[in-house]
Amino acid sequence: MTVAVQMPNGTHALARRIRTHALRMTSIGGGSHIGAIFSCADILAVLYGGILRVDPAAPDDPARDRFVLSKGHAGAGLYAVLAERGFFPIEKLLTHYQDGSDLCGHVSHGLPGVDVSTGALGHGLSIAAGMAYAAKLRSAPHRVFCLLSDGECDEGSTWEAALFAAHHGLSNLTAIVDYNRLQGIAPVSQVLELEPFTDKWEAFEWAVRELDGHDHGALCTALSGLPFVPSKPSCLIAKTVKGKGVSFMENAVLWHYRIPRGAEFDAALAELEGTA
Amino acid sequence: MRDAFIHTLTNLAPHHPELLLLTGDLGFGVLNDFTARFPRQFLNVGVAEQNMSGLAAGLALEGHTVFTYSIGNFPTLRCLEQIRNDICYHRANVKIVCVGGGMSYGPVGMSHHATEDLAILRSLPSMLVLSPCDLWEAAEATRYLVSHRGPAYIRLDKSAAPIRTQPGEKFEPGAIRTVREGSDVTLAATGGILAEALLAADVLAEQGVFCRVLSVHTIKPLDVETLAAAASETGGIVSVEEHAVNGGLGGAIAETLMEAGVFPGFFVRMGLRDTFSSVVGTQQYLRKVYALDADAIVRTVLTRLGVDENRSLTVAAQ
Repeated sequence: MTVAVQMPNGTHALARRIRTHALRMTSIGGGSHIGAIFSCADILAVLYGGILRVDPAAPDDPARDRFVLSKGHAGAGLYAVLAERGFFPIEKLLTHYQDGSDLCGHVSHGLPGVDVSTGALGHGLSIAAGMAYAAKLRSAPHRVFCLLSDGECDEGSTWEAALFAAHHGLSNLTAIVDYNRLQGIAPVSQVLELEPFTDKWEAFEWAVRELDGHDHGALCTALSGLPFVPSKPSCLIAKTVKGKGVSFMENAVLWHYRIPRGAEFDAALAELEGTA
Repeated sequence: MRDAFIHTLTNLAPHHPELLLLTGDLGFGVLNDFTARFPRQFLNVGVAEQNMSGLAAGLALEGHTVFTYSIGNFPTLRCLEQIRNDICYHRANVKIVCVGGGMSYGPVGMSHHATEDLAILRSLPSMLVLSPCDLWEAAEATRYLVSHRGPAYIRLDKSAAPIRTQPGEKFEPGAIRTVREGSDVTLAATGGILAEALLAADVLAEQGVFCRVLSVHTIKPLDVETLAAAASETGGIVSVEEHAVNGGLGGAIAETLMEAGVFPGFFVRMGLRDTFSSVVGTQQYLRKVYALDADAIVRTVLTRLGVDENRSLTVAAQ
């Protein structure tokens, strides 16, 4: 299996554009979850910057890799990377969250490149497992990737899906957990502790790797070596910083919901563009 | 009905390699033949209905026709959000099969009674809702579902009405079946409880009250034409369902006729009235307790027609 990898400069620029697009999108439309989008911007950049076998000219190609953004609240990040990859015009991004737009706050299908609608947590891994099982049934070589939040690992359905994927040896399925340790209104440590997190996934018979979810080289290396173990589904626990890229948003639960506007928007944009 | 369903599905499976049957670890002894003959088309996903429904959506998005199978409320209410978001919103080709509609599982208890499913499932956009009354309808509905594209729900009763199919009759999804002609009163029933309506119609006929008996095997979309005709051609409509009256067959008929501007002479919804079935007993016993048996239907009709109940014969006295 050969994977075309454009590393690492291209993906860093892509990650920065995802963040600036998402900042503008949430600001203009009044959408939230900017912290959760910044948290996974590097993961999205590496996936769409060379890991995923997808083609904007043939978004429904049956041979494409599937991607399920189970943390659907990071929809603006997915829309941004899809537009950057040419699935639809970049201008469309600025309609996000506004009357008549087809870019809603949580990911909705019907757009080129969007396989699955999400938004309610704990759904994505089951759908992804279904897609992976279907691929196995017909011996199709494409892979299925599912990006989860740590908060949605509170959902029992996530673990139902984890049991299923391991039982059926879905080695074509990769779960990436955006492990930023801050959930909706409080830290994971105060809400429902997930640690020992790696042990949990391993106990569910997944092949697990931990890494820095902002280290493009590490992400690229890990995601280029799938599956981690031949007969198991792979889980990548990406240790991240919520709000990554804007100093006053980093590790701040406030920015799960706060809308970046006014001086805060200007300061955030300046930091992202390196002009602060 | 369960056997009619699985028998039909087993016969069709080899002709539909895209067909998959998922069970939430139920169907002991029932699914063996299907499993043995078509192991690649069968999956026991475990006692995990949320995952079963999400998986089904993922499989359907990849081109499969997926049946999810479990009993009572497990394949519906337990995983309602997956049905709504993952199956219906994507118009995924998933057929949800409930074995044990209504109070089929009588003495097992309310946890296993499906008595709000029709109301809830019919509220979901893009969902087809089927509730056959006899083994013929169950088999035909199953056959239809295999070729139908999109989300559907089928409620299979443990009880079944006697088969009254006319020679050459074809199953028409979305069309109400008139299983007995009559012009005095319409008894509109769904599911196996249609048997009680037929029994009541026999008793009422002996008293000179002739009932039109309708099998509403498709709750959604509802056949407004047949209902409107029943409203104008008969003296009144009584809906009969082993289900909550709120939002079920009775609710659906009321909505439909009101919106169509057609008003029956009288209208009674027979079903569970804001209650759970907490009494222990067989399906037949519970129908009596909750006033859903033939006797209760006879009483209801006679009362509405202003006939002195004391003169009426009851089913029990027959």
